[in-house]
Amino acid sequence: MSDSAITDDKSRRDFLIISTSVVGAVGTALAAWPLVDSMNPAADTLALSTTEVDLAPIKEGQSITVVWRGKPVFVRYRTAAEIKTANDAKLEDLPDPQADKDRVKKAQWLIMVGVCTHLGCIPLGQKANDPKGEFGGWFCPCHGSHYDTSGRIRKGPAPENLFVPEYKYLSDTKVQIG
Amino acid sequence: MSKFFENPVIKWVEYRLPIFSFIDESVGSGYPTPKNLNYWWNFGSLAGLVLVIMIATGIVLAMNYTAHVDYAFESVERIMRDVNYGWLVRYIHVNGGSMFFILVYIHMFRGLYYGSFKEPRELLWIIGVFILLAMMATAFMGYVLPWGQMSFWGATVITNLFSAIPLIGDSIVTWLWGGFSVDNPTLNRFYAFHYLLPFVIFALVFIHLWALHVHKSSNPLGIDIQGPQDTIPFHPYFTIKDLFGMGVFMLIFMYFVFFAPNFFGEPDNYIKANPLVTPPHIVPEWYFLPFYAILRAVPDIWFISAKLGGVIAMFGSILILLLLPWLDRSKVRSSQFRPINRQLFWVFFVDCLILGWVGANSPDAVFHGVPFLWIGRVTTAYYFAHILLIIPLVSILERTKPLPESISAAVTANAKSGAGE
Repeated sequence: MSDSAITDDKSRRDFLIISTSVVGAVGTALAAWPLVDSMNPAADTLALSTTEVDLAPIKEGQSITVVWRGKPVFVRYRTAAEIKTANDAKLEDLPDPQADKDRVKKAQWLIMVGVCTHLGCIPLGQKANDPKGEFGGWFCPCHGSHYDTSGRIRKGPAPENLFVPEYKYLSDTKVQIG
Repeated sequence: MSKFFENPVIKWVEYRLPIFSFIDESVGSGYPTPKNLNYWWNFGSLAGLVLVIMIATGIVLAMNYTAHVDYAFESVERIMRDVNYGWLVRYIHVNGGSMFFILVYIHMFRGLYYGSFKEPRELLWIIGVFILLAMMATAFMGYVLPWGQMSFWGATVITNLFSAIPLIGDSIVTWLWGGFSVDNPTLNRFYAFHYLLPFVIFALVFIHLWALHVHKSSNPLGIDIQGPQDTIPFHPYFTIKDLFGMGVFMLIFMYFVFFAPNFFGEPDNYIKANPLVTPPHIVPEWYFLPFYAILRAVPDIWFISAKLGGVIAMFGSILILLLLPWLDRSKVRSSQFRPINRQLFWVFFVDCLILGWVGANSPDAVFHGVPFLWIGRVTTAYYFAHILLIIPLVSILERTKPLPESISAAVTANAKSGAGE
């Protein structure tokens, strides 16, 4: 065999070993996917993804907490004063700027997930005698985040406003969350 | 020992699997150990003892525990009330976790003070940091299993840390939970991991010891072993010293088990988990408090939110320990011969204690007019400054004291002076 034949053979072997290794590695990675994905929410968990709420018994100024996907959802019948303070807040003062009208479908009903966007604690403010923070909305006791009457973050470590879930009015007094 | 190896049965096995000489060279008369080790060198073997105790008690607990949100809390109460000696086994396991961290933290501070992490023991130290990380994961998931209020909300807060990761954070959290909140799938997988990880720790400890036995133990003088005159066999000299240390340690451990079993715990964890009520003051177990303080200390910096910054700082505070062998450039290992490093070591130690104290308090609380938030920020800044700036600078600028000729020379000089150490 000449020298050039030996080099040809060598580069062919290099190609074979590299391509086999790459295909093997990709195959192993693909085989791991079912194991990884099995840890994602299962079908029965996903199936429990809507909750219906009856608004009729809630009086003005009252809040209720319902459970949706294992999380508390705050439903608040806001007073006119609360709506006004929410609208009066200047957007440039907000860490996560969002107008109040973009957070509600009907101004008096504020519906949002009651989970602090910092590390997932449940803010206080649902009960009449709860601390409501410096902005009259909700206050998270874990790390001191203050939310306003629109559920927007105003002060403290939380980066975002309380999350507004998808919901629709089934009738004037019935709401479906999810 | 040599007589033992002449036994025909031992010889037969040795020829096929040299397990007895392996044991002898690891923890027997065949392992030459520096003759000047002090009691700070007891903590590695003590941590090993606790690992074995934790695995033994953990397996027994697993036989009576039910990993389901409806039964977990009750099954733990059943262990406490109805299972024979269940209260004892559980209290040993619960306090054993705290003991494990005390021992490992002392073990690590020992390594820092005496420069045990320095060349050629860098990998030994790095494996140790990985053992700490695995311990933290194991302890965190174990704390979730009783499904009390602190279990649930601790799990919620810690898993939510991952939501700080940009773009994919929320998907990762959902994946960790196996749902949309901490719930039954989360409890199940935490149980599976809590059972698995101790065996991973066991394997890491094995590698840790393997690396240890290549260059042998460091010692309080921080100088290399030069020959047989510097060493004594591990067995019987250090087996007996380790056993004595274990006796003292077990007295302390059992004091907590029998007389103050809930000393390290939170009363709120005897309230069953309620996903709709957050306890007013969530605190992690004491061994996480310094890291919890660091998590909460970071403000918004430029485009990095306080949440992401806190998470980076918290994980970073452990991960920078991996760089320590290269940050400390001093050729002298032991702080006995490094007067400035010796004093700064204690400043760093106190800084860690203050961080723990800050972590135990609410960020809004005030201490004699100083908000805890600011105490936390200053001590967090010092923690990083100490490792990233002070250690490298001191290691270059410091004038060290002269090192003794050899371990043996230093020891005999001590003996001749008659004044002990």
